[in-house]
Amino acid sequence: MDIVAELLNGSKLAISRAITAVENEYGDAVEILQKIYPHTGRAYVIGITGPPGAGKSTLTDKLTKEYRSRGKTVGIIAVDPSSPFSGGAILGDRIRMNELTMDEGVFIRSMATRGSLGGMSRKTAEAVKVLDAAGKDIIFIETVGVGQSEVDIVKAADTTLVVLVPGLGDDIQAIKAGILEIGDVFAINKADRDGVERLHIEIEMMLDLDQNETEWRPKITRTIASQNQGVVELVDSIEEHAAYMVKTGLIQKRRFARTRNEILTMLDEAIQAYLKKKVANSRFEALTEEVSQRKNDPYSAVKSILAEVLK
Amino acid sequence: MEKRIRVLVAKPGLDGHDRGAKVVARALRDAGFEVIYTGIRLTPEQIAEAALQEDVNVVALSLLSGAHNTLFPRIVEIMKQKGIKDVLTIGGGVIPDADIPGLKAAGIAEVFTPGTPTEKIIEFIKANVK
Ligand SMILES: Nc1nc2c(ncn2[C@@H]2O[C@H](COP(=O)(O)OP(=O)(O)O)[C@@H](O)[C@H]2O)c(=O)[nH]1
Ligand SMILES: [Mg+2]
Repeated sequence: MDIVAELLNGSKLAISRAITAVENEYGDAVEILQKIYPHTGRAYVIGITGPPGAGKSTLTDKLTKEYRSRGKTVGIIAVDPSSPFSGGAILGDRIRMNELTMDEGVFIRSMATRGSLGGMSRKTAEAVKVLDAAGKDIIFIETVGVGQSEVDIVKAADTTLVVLVPGLGDDIQAIKAGILEIGDVFAINKADRDGVERLHIEIEMMLDLDQNETEWRPKITRTIASQNQGVVELVDSIEEHAAYMVKTGLIQKRRFARTRNEILTMLDEAIQAYLKKKVANSRFEALTEEVSQRKNDPYSAVKSILAEVLK
Repeated sequence: MEKRIRVLVAKPGLDGHDRGAKVVARALRDAGFEVIYTGIRLTPEQIAEAALQEDVNVVALSLLSGAHNTLFPRIVEIMKQKGIKDVLTIGGGVIPDADIPGLKAAGIAEVFTPGTPTEKIIEFIKANVK
C-alpha cells in the first residue's frame, strides 16, 4: 500500500499506520513526513491542557461535536503519561469519546508519553502533521497539564485551551502558575460545583498580573462538559482567538517560531548522532579519564574533540 | 525507540460492569503494555473502528452476558473488512467450554475463562503477538 497517497486521500488505515511509524520511529517515518509536509499547515491546531480529571476528554468530545455541526472535520491526539515503573500505560480518553468513533469525519488516536517527553512533543507534532495532511480541519491535542514538558506538547498548538475546575484547593496553585501563561482561552469546567466565582476571580487576577506581549485578553468560559453546557460559547471564544491570530498575523509568527524550533531541535539531534559516530567511544572514555584525573580540563577536551570532528 | 505492544481492551454487549476488564487492563499496563481502554457497552463496529484508529497489536474482548458467539466473531469479521491484519484477538468472560472451538475457528486466538491468572494472558500475548 502506498501509505502517503492513501493517507492524503483520507484512508484511516493509512493515517493509523503513519502515526505508528512516527511514534515508533520506523525506517519509513522520515520519508512519510517528507512527502506529506507540503500538504500540512492547513489545519487549525487546538491544545487542551489542565489537571487530571478536569474533564478535558469530556470537553474534547463536546467541542468536537460542535465543530462537526459547523461543518469541520476533526482529528484528536490524546496523550496520557506512561507508568515510570513498567513503561506501560492505560490510555482512557476514548471512554469519553465513544460516540465520535463511528463519525467518518473524526479520527482519534491515543498516545503514551513513553520515555522522553522531549521526544514526545516532537512525535505529537508529527502525528498532528499526519492528521493535517489527511485533511482534518481542526486538530485537538489533549494532554495533562502538570509538568513543563507536557506544556511543551501543547506548544504545537495555534490556540491553547486551559481547563480548570473549582475546588481543587491549593494544589492547583502550582499547576496554574505553569499553565496560566500558555492559555489563550480558559474554561472553568464542572461549573455545577461550588467555588466557580472564586476560581473565576483568581484566574482574572492572575491574568491581570501576567505581562503579555499581546493585547489579547484570554476569555474565561464556564462549562459543564458532562451536560454539554457552555460548549457553544467555548467554541465561539476559541474561534475568536483564532480570528485574532489571523487578523494580527500572530499565527504566522507563532508558526514560524515553531518551525525554527523544530529545525534547531532536529539539527541538535543530528549533530549528536554525528558526534557519536565520529568520535570513537574509546577516545571519549580516554579523554574523560584524563579530565577526571585532572591531567586535562573539560574545556580543552571539548575543544580538541571539536577540532578533530570539524577539520 | 523501543516499540510497545498496544492492546485495546473492550467490552462489547450490554452487561454493565467492567471490574474484570479493568483488572486485566491494569495487569497489562504493569507488564509494560500500552492499554487503550474504551469502557463498556460498545458495539462491534465501534470496537473494530477503535482498533483501526489506534493501530493496536492486540484486541482483548471481555463479555459476561453470553452473547460471545455472535459478538466476538462479528468483531473479527468487521476488522477484516477494514483491512486490519496482524491483530491478535483474544476473549475472556463466562464462556462455556463447548463454545471455545467455535470461537477459535472464527478467529479468536485464545479464550480465557474467569479465574485465569493475568500472567497467563500476558504470557500468551507476548508469545503470540504479531
Ligand atoms: N460534575 C461534573 N463532572 C464532569 C464534568 N465534566 C466532566 N465530568 C466528569 O469528570 C470525570 C473526568 O472527566 P475526563 O473528561 O475523563 O477528565 P480528564 O482527565 O481531564 O480528561 C468524568 O467522570 C466526567 O464524567 C462537569 O462539567 N461536571
Ligand atoms: Mg482525558
